[in-house]
Amino acid sequence: MSEKQGEPRPNRRRDVPSGLWMRCSGCSKMIYRNLVVERGNVCPECSFHFPISSDERIRLLCDPETFDEQFKELAPADPLQFEARRTYRERLDETQKKTGLLDACLVGLAEIGEVPVVFGVSDSRFLMGSMGSVVGEKIARGIEMAREQNRPFIFVSGSGGGARMDEGMFSLMQMAKTSAAIQRLHEAGGLFVSILTNPTMGGAMASFAALGDVIIAEPKALIGFAGPNVIKQTINAELPSGFQSSEFNLEHGFIDQVVDRQQMRSTLIRILAYFCQEA
Amino acid sequence: MENESRAHGLDFEAPIVELENRISELRSFSESSEIDLSGQLEELEKKCEEKKKAIYTHLNPWQRVQIARHPQRPLTSDYIKGFVSDFLELHGDGAYRDDPAIVTGLGRIRGRKVMIVGHRKGRTNPEKVACNFGMPHPEGYRKAMKKMRLAEKFNIPIISFINTAGAFPGIEAEERGQAFVVAKNLQGMASLRVPVIAIVIGEGGSGGAIGIGVADRILMLENSYYSVISPEGCAAILWKDASHAPRAAEILKLTSSDLSRFGIVDEVITEPVGGAHREHREMLQRVEETILRHLDEITDIDPDLRKEQRFRKYMDIGRFADQQEQTLEDRG
Ligand SMILES: [Zn+2]
Repeated sequence: MSEKQGEPRPNRRRDVPSGLWMRCSGCSKMIYRNLVVERGNVCPECSFHFPISSDERIRLLCDPETFDEQFKELAPADPLQFEARRTYRERLDETQKKTGLLDACLVGLAEIGEVPVVFGVSDSRFLMGSMGSVVGEKIARGIEMAREQNRPFIFVSGSGGGARMDEGMFSLMQMAKTSAAIQRLHEAGGLFVSILTNPTMGGAMASFAALGDVIIAEPKALIGFAGPNVIKQTINAELPSGFQSSEFNLEHGFIDQVVDRQQMRSTLIRILAYFCQEA
Repeated sequence: MENESRAHGLDFEAPIVELENRISELRSFSESSEIDLSGQLEELEKKCEEKKKAIYTHLNPWQRVQIARHPQRPLTSDYIKGFVSDFLELHGDGAYRDDPAIVTGLGRIRGRKVMIVGHRKGRTNPEKVACNFGMPHPEGYRKAMKKMRLAEKFNIPIISFINTAGAFPGIEAEERGQAFVVAKNLQGMASLRVPVIAIVIGEGGSGGAIGIGVADRILMLENSYYSVISPEGCAAILWKDASHAPRAAEILKLTSSDLSRFGIVDEVITEPVGGAHREHREMLQRVEETILRHLDEITDIDPDLRKEQRFRKYMDIGRFADQQEQTLEDRG
């Protein structure tokens, strides 16, 4: 089936829809839902990586029952009293109700392959995983906690928007804040493994997410600074295929590995074992 | 310069520009005809000053954005020419290319050694094109960091002039890692032990601005702006129409007074009535004095403590509710 026949393409941002069968956003084939879930929400036909929630990411990467959430009392304020078509407050309330999350990331203590770490993950269901004051604060505190407790810091990024417009300059400043925290961790000899998922752009990508000692991306994720549409409009030309993909970033020397979701945990365990064990 | 300034008058400035034109006409008539018109001239000048004051004390955010982009507004190069003596430009990022959109070099301000880093926009059309309108590529940010590390090695304070619409959004910029170099600069500037002062002199365009903007002191000219996204970009997202930029400028809280109120900016440097573009000399003098005052305040701090204080400064930026404490954290 092709789009020409009027079949709407499923929204890429949505989670795997319920129902026995589903259409893949990558190859447009009808695929058996259970099989997709079994593979960590990856298409069995074309390996398209569906977005997954922060909870699912924790289940996939951390040792069972080890995630102990920190700073969970932090909730977004509305410092600009931002109001466009709708108010930021309304959008927050609605998103909070829908997702059960207070903001777009979770940070906690966890173990991965029995190595104690500080683990964080952004959740793209919450305002595209964008970074406002809460996300910046949780990441910065998480990094500081990693430094103080001598644990590696692992963060799984996924943010289409990057910085959160609704919090204005408070958002932009989180870039400097999280990067400064990474510098401190670096000076203390701490390890930061940055995992990039589709999409990681703008303010998230141009700060902490780019500063991993090791940077790993899921396949075919959109990774970059400016959004493809902005670039297209600026240069008034089509973009080459695969532009800003994980593979593009690997080819240009900015990331260390492209790793399938199913191998992400075992890859992390290898990296942690290498850096955190004496022999 | 002043004639050009009039040619570029902004809409809301029209009454000022009209008076300015009448004054200059009258003055040249008086000079050529040797008729004494000083009485009328004085009256007109008084009227013009009043008009300037009336308009410039009630600027809305969008008008400020327009002033920040005014073609006759003092640029990084004007400040360098104005009060940086002995300026020795240092080109190149040591890796790919010399990016003209960022200028870096050694100099002295009233005898004190400084490393200058700043966005370069260019004044004339060929200059603007050569500088890519002040929108740097990755090599520009890499160049800035390379020179800042040089300053660090020889204990030279860094003065950063921010004036960019943003880091350039283009194919090559992405190929060369725009996101990665901006991030490295944010991290790198947090590591510096030398004093760093950043001044937003015109446009503070998002990541492209903060990419040379992590500092002990963040200063802003009164009519400059600093924003997470351009008003046009914000309007395009919210209303699917960039012509709503004035409204976007309103809600983004991007003016110097907003950011000073938020505690993000340490000091706002007042502009002469009528804007920096009308009185370069006065503006340059105010900026020079403000830089020196802040340098005095931070130079004698122990380098490690200064670095620690810079780290704390950034860690404290953010506003959120702490539900456990049931209080709104209001940290600026
Ligand atoms: Zn598929």
